[in-house]
Parts: sequence; structure tokens; C-alpha cells
Amino acid sequence: MRMKASDTFDEMVDGDSGVRPAYDGYRAWFDEQDPRALHRKHREAEAFFRKTGITFNVYGQEEAEERLIPFDPVPRIITAQEWRRLSKGIEQRVRALNAFLHDLYHRQEIIRAGRVPEWLLKDNPAFLPHMSGFTPPGGVYTHITGIDLVRTGTNDFHVLEDNARTPSGVSYMLENRETMMAMFPELFTRVKVAPVSNYPRRLARSLAACAPPACQGRPVVAVLTPGIYNSAYYEHAFLADQMGAELVEAGDLRVVDGRVQMRTTLGFTPVDVLYRRVDDDFLDPLTFRADSMLGVPGIMDVYRAGGITIANAPGTGIADDKALYSFMPEIVEFYTGEKPLLPNVETFRCMEPDALKYVLDNIADLVVKEVHGSGGYGMLIGPTSSKREIARFTEKLKANPKNYIAQPTLALSTVPILTRRGLAPRHVDLRPFVLMSPNGIEITPGGLTRVALKQGSLVVNSSQGGGTKDSWVLEE
Amino acid sequence: MLGRSANAIFWMFRYLERAENLARLIDTGFRMALTRDHLTAEEEWRSVIETAGMRMGYDRQNGTYTGIQVWNYILRDRENPNSIRSLIASVRNNARSARNSITSEVWEAVNGSYLQLNDLLSRPVTQGGIADAIATVKRESTLVRGAMDGSMLRNDIYNFARIGSFVERADNTARILDVKYYVLLPSLSYVGSSLDNAQWETILRSLGAERAYRWLNAGQLSARGIADFLVLDQRFPRSLRFCYAKIRSNLHNLALQYGHEVNAHAVMRNAELKLQDKDIDTIIDIGLHEFLSDFIACNNDISNAVATDYRFVD
Repeated sequence: MRMKASDTFDEMVDGDSGVRPAYDGYRAWFDEQDPRALHRKHREAEAFFRKTGITFNVYGQEEAEERLIPFDPVPRIITAQEWRRLSKGIEQRVRALNAFLHDLYHRQEIIRAGRVPEWLLKDNPAFLPHMSGFTPPGGVYTHITGIDLVRTGTNDFHVLEDNARTPSGVSYMLENRETMMAMFPELFTRVKVAPVSNYPRRLARSLAACAPPACQGRPVVAVLTPGIYNSAYYEHAFLADQMGAELVEAGDLRVVDGRVQMRTTLGFTPVDVLYRRVDDDFLDPLTFRADSMLGVPGIMDVYRAGGITIANAPGTGIADDKALYSFMPEIVEFYTGEKPLLPNVETFRCMEPDALKYVLDNIADLVVKEVHGSGGYGMLIGPTSSKREIARFTEKLKANPKNYIAQPTLALSTVPILTRRGLAPRHVDLRPFVLMSPNGIEITPGGLTRVALKQGSLVVNSSQGGGTKDSWVLEE
Repeated sequence: MLGRSANAIFWMFRYLERAENLARLIDTGFRMALTRDHLTAEEEWRSVIETAGMRMGYDRQNGTYTGIQVWNYILRDRENPNSIRSLIASVRNNARSARNSITSEVWEAVNGSYLQLNDLLSRPVTQGGIADAIATVKRESTLVRGAMDGSMLRNDIYNFARIGSFVERADNTARILDVKYYVLLPSLSYVGSSLDNAQWETILRSLGAERAYRWLNAGQLSARGIADFLVLDQRFPRSLRFCYAKIRSNLHNLALQYGHEVNAHAVMRNAELKLQDKDIDTIIDIGLHEFLSDFIACNNDISNAVATDYRFVD
């Protein structure tokens, strides 16, 4: 959908009057640059990404072609003041999510209190009965969360999605900053930007703080990857490397003497904390999908006996459910006793007859999403879809309304990207990364900014042609 | 380190070594063919395929042995798991799998090599392009080795890499010798005939040994001298004895780091006994072919023992 300039909040340009305060320093620097030099640096950056192998694989492509996620060299900038406000809202939301998950797998007070309906859990494949009555080490479910935010005005940030299953993209946050500093070192002496490079160290510390009862001595942390053909393999290897943790595959792990152990050249040695980048379904073929080649037979028994910590905890993925998302305001209020600091986007639950009627009547103006979908797949963006696409989607929606939610098409904010003809505004979102341990919550300043590279496009997903930007939080 | 990572490192360096040796083999065939009549050239290319151990796969696709068919099959055929293109992809996959066991320098050398060769080999290689293709393979493999040498800790990871390299190299040298062993037999070789000289030269060239051999022997070519040099010389980095000395030393380093020896050390000692105290005349008396067959089998035993004892696979 094309947004008219007047509908859209641009984060750099303030109407006709000039540049917003966040971009003062950057814009002054930018205006001094030779555009040709900027383009050359940009090309060098892409060559650098290719050479270092910062690529991702696109699912469903025959050749298993590795692609670069396009990188735009214009940063997305947030002021210290804006960030303070945002991070309070994010922290509140993550605390509430964690408390909700604990409640969900124990007494389910929130359902008893009638604040969320029971149908949310029934027949929901992301709800794991195996987790009922069990508390993960340190009481932490959401060790790592990515909260997707969109902006529509000066003070208007909304949460679009919660990613608590296996949020990805943090390696791009880190590499984008490294690349910017390598390309434009002088820029960072002129504008003071809060650093992000300590994320892997914080992650390692945060995971180690959740070690299980069986852990003896210094916790051994390992990252579990599906392997080199997974779309996010680069990130798995990168994080393990930066944390000084082992990068393991299912074939490296086995349950020995009541512990999950990894096969080293010297024999089996126990893993204390497993940062798994494998979905619940595949985690344990004895408990979940029997055909899984990506999991460890028996790991759930070891987990429940206190022999290992799994991050994020199994069963956490229900937090990504888009029907559940629609109850987040109630959830935040129920567990924190406060109004949500960060609002949701208005959401219609198609399983409710009134909502369904509204959605069907207004489908051309709405975004309709599958409740369990992710990555920009299985959704309809009404305003940019053809009549036929809408008709086809309407059939699917009518056939299974409870599988869908709908939201108004938001006027996502824009940030300029560098094009051949100079700066041009493009729609963005923001995914800050949040770490939780018994010692508290840590949010890395900024996060991953995804940008739709096509003019007017609202789809920022890398699987659908989106790019990324370095995200700055200014220091005071 | 993980057994799987050790396995990946080991095979990464075996494949890298294999790719480089194949490039040298093509180079030799190319030079030989240039100086021969049509029939002999075809025979020479057939021998290259034979030496590379690709006879079955090649014959399934081709009826004749022209240079351009042979080098394209070895360089870039996708169905040939040992084509240089396939090998370089395997090197990279193994490096990716063991990404956290290697330095960025090594990874970037591997990835850069892959990108460059994959591009170079995406089109058929013509007569005009063959020299460049061969030079690129050799250069890229040298880059990876150099990055390894300059940036890696001398620990178990490094030792598995080196064992992989030298097991593969010993195997390649023995195979090249074995395919041509009859040329080196005193009973069959008529010393001084131009054909035999050219055949001997082929062997030396395939192993990058031509210059070293000439320099050490003042240009005197003899079958016995060549066999001696390639099997027993302690200075030539592709001789069987040299490779074994390296494998032994790297296995020794592993025992030092891990605090104990494993069965692979005994297997290695046994294999080395067969090279010790033998001169080339004894070996020729036993039968060069028999000796080489036994060597290849023992070498394989070392490789298998290392894989088992250090838990490469479950």
C-alpha cells in the first residue's frame, strides 16, 4: 500500500521545517559527505558481508542459495529519552509474559479470573501439557525475547508481535554496528551512540545464571542448531563463538547418566544450559515429534529432573500466538497491576462473530494474519492485494475463522535509505532484544531495524525482500 | 572439542588437499598432451582419469578422452563428488560446520576461495582458461593453509587438520605411483627411451616433484631414483615417509594435549614399521605394486583409527 507522505511519520524529516532532533548530528555529517564515496562504502560493505558469510538461506528454494540481507548504511536513530520510555514498556511486557507463562503452566489464575478465555489453550499446539506443574530453573521462561515495535507518530510506539519462541536477528544488530563503525569511524566520534557489542557477554552471563540444580562448578553453555542448512545458521555459529559456548547439533548430544551430554574427542561431557534454536516440536522425539532428527531423545525427562536448562523454556512459544497477543493488555494489567506502557495494535479476533463480520466487511483495508504464522507468511495485506487474492483469502478465512486475526493497516513510520538518487523514505519496524535471568532484565539499546526496501511497501521481513539498518540509541 | 567438529576439520583438510592434487594432475595431463600426437594424448587423458580414480563415473558420461572433456569432468562436474567444484563446496560445508573451531582468517580464506572458484567453474573451462583455473585452485588452497599456519592455536584442532592433510597426501602420492608403477619397474623400463622419460616426468610433475628431483639428482632421471625419492625421501613434502613423519608428530601432539595415547597411535607405529629400515631395492623386490597396495590399506587404517578413537561419529 502506498502511504501518502502526509499520513506517514518520517523519523528524520519533520514536515517542511527540517530535521528532527535525533538526526541533527547525523544529518550534519551526511551533508558533508560525497555521495559517490557513500555508495562506494555501501558496495564495500556488501562485499564484506558476502566474504564473511553473513548470509541466510531462504526456505523452499531449490538451490539452497545463500542470500545477503540487504544492509542500508543510513542509521535509524532513537533519542535517549525515547529509549528510556520504550525500555520501561518493554521490560513491563516481558515481566508480564514470564509471569503469564508461569501461571499458564501452574494454577491458571488468569483463566479462573476470567481475564483470558480457556479456548486460547485448548487445541493450541504451542501449549505444552508436559510443562504443567514444572518450574524452569530460576523461574525463567523467556530467557531471550524479541519485541517487534512499530511507530506511527512522535510518541506512538505499538507492539506488533512478541517473539519468545526463538527470536532471531540479533547477529545482524551486532554486525550492522560493526560494519557502520568500520565504514564511518569518524561518524561515531561526532555522534555518541550507546554500544551494543556487550550483548553476547550479557547473554552468556544471563544463561549461566539460570543453571540447573545438577550443575557443578562453572555452567557449561551450548547453542543447539539444526545445522548448516538452517536459515539462521550464521547467527547460531556467531553467537556461540561470541559467547565462547559450544555449537552443537542433535547428533552431538545424548542422555548419559541422567544428564544431557555432548560427544567430545575425549568422551561425553555434560551440558548445563542449552540455548536451543530448535522449535519445541523437534526438541525431543520421545516426547514430541517422533520423526525429529533435530532433537535429543529423553531431554525432556532430564529437564524435568533438573538436569539441564533449556532456553527458552519449552512451551514458551505460545506467547507468539497472535490470538494470545490480542489479550496482552489484559495480561500485562493482571500480572503487573499497571496499565500497559506500550499499547498493542488494535486486533480483531475472527473467531468472534462480530469481529469476523467486521473483518469480512472491511477486508480490503485490513491486514489479516494466521494466529500461528510467522515471518510474513500466510498473511493478507488488504490494501495492496488484488481482488482475486482477497477473494481467495476470504474463502480460507470463512472456512476457519479461529485461525485468523485482523489488524488495521498501520501507517508505519519511515526512515530514509540511501538510493541512487539520494535519501528516500522507507517503512521500518524495530525488534529490541531482551534478556531475562533471576538477576533481572537487560535490554540492549536499540535492536534490529528492518526496512522495506521497495517504495511504499510495508513488508519488512528479510524472507520477503526486506533489509536491515543499524539502530542507534543516542547517549545523553 | 566436539567429535563432530574434529571430523569436519579432518575432512575439510582432506578435501582441500585432494582438490589441490587433482589440479596438479590436470596440469600434468595438459602439458603431456600438448607435446604428444593425438592418440598418445588421448591415452594420457585416460590415464589422468584412472589416476584420479574416476574411471567409472567418467565412462558413464563419456565415450572418449579428450582434454576438454576430462578436465571439465574433474574440475566442475556436479555429479562427480570428487570434482574440484564439489570438493571445494565440501571444504566450505565442513568449515561452516566447524566454524567455531577455526579463526575468521581461515574461514574467510575458505569462503573467499569457494566464492571465487564457484564463479570460475560455473562455466565450462576452455583451453584458454585451463591454466588460470589450475593456478587459482592451487593459490586458494595455499591461502587457506597460510591462514591456518598464521592464525590457529597449535592445539587438537590444528593437529586434526594436519593429520587430515597428510593422510590424504600420502594416499594421493601412493595412488599416483600405483597407477604408473609399471613404468618404474626395471624389467619393463628401457632406460633412456624417450617414452619412459616422459612417463617418469609425468609422475614427478603430478606430484610437484620435478624441480626438486632434478635439483637433487643433477638432472639424472632413473626409475629407481624416482621411486626412492617419492617413497622414502625425508625432505620432499609429498613423499610417503615425509607424510608419515608428520602424521606421527601430530598424533604425538594429540597424546600430549590429551594426556594419553589411543589405539590410533599403535596403528600408526605399525604402519611406520613397514617403511622403516627398507631401502628402495627391497621394496622393488617385494613388488612395488604390492607394497603400495599395502601402504594405501594401512594409511586408511590410520584414518579410521583416528576417527574411531576420537569419536568423530556416534
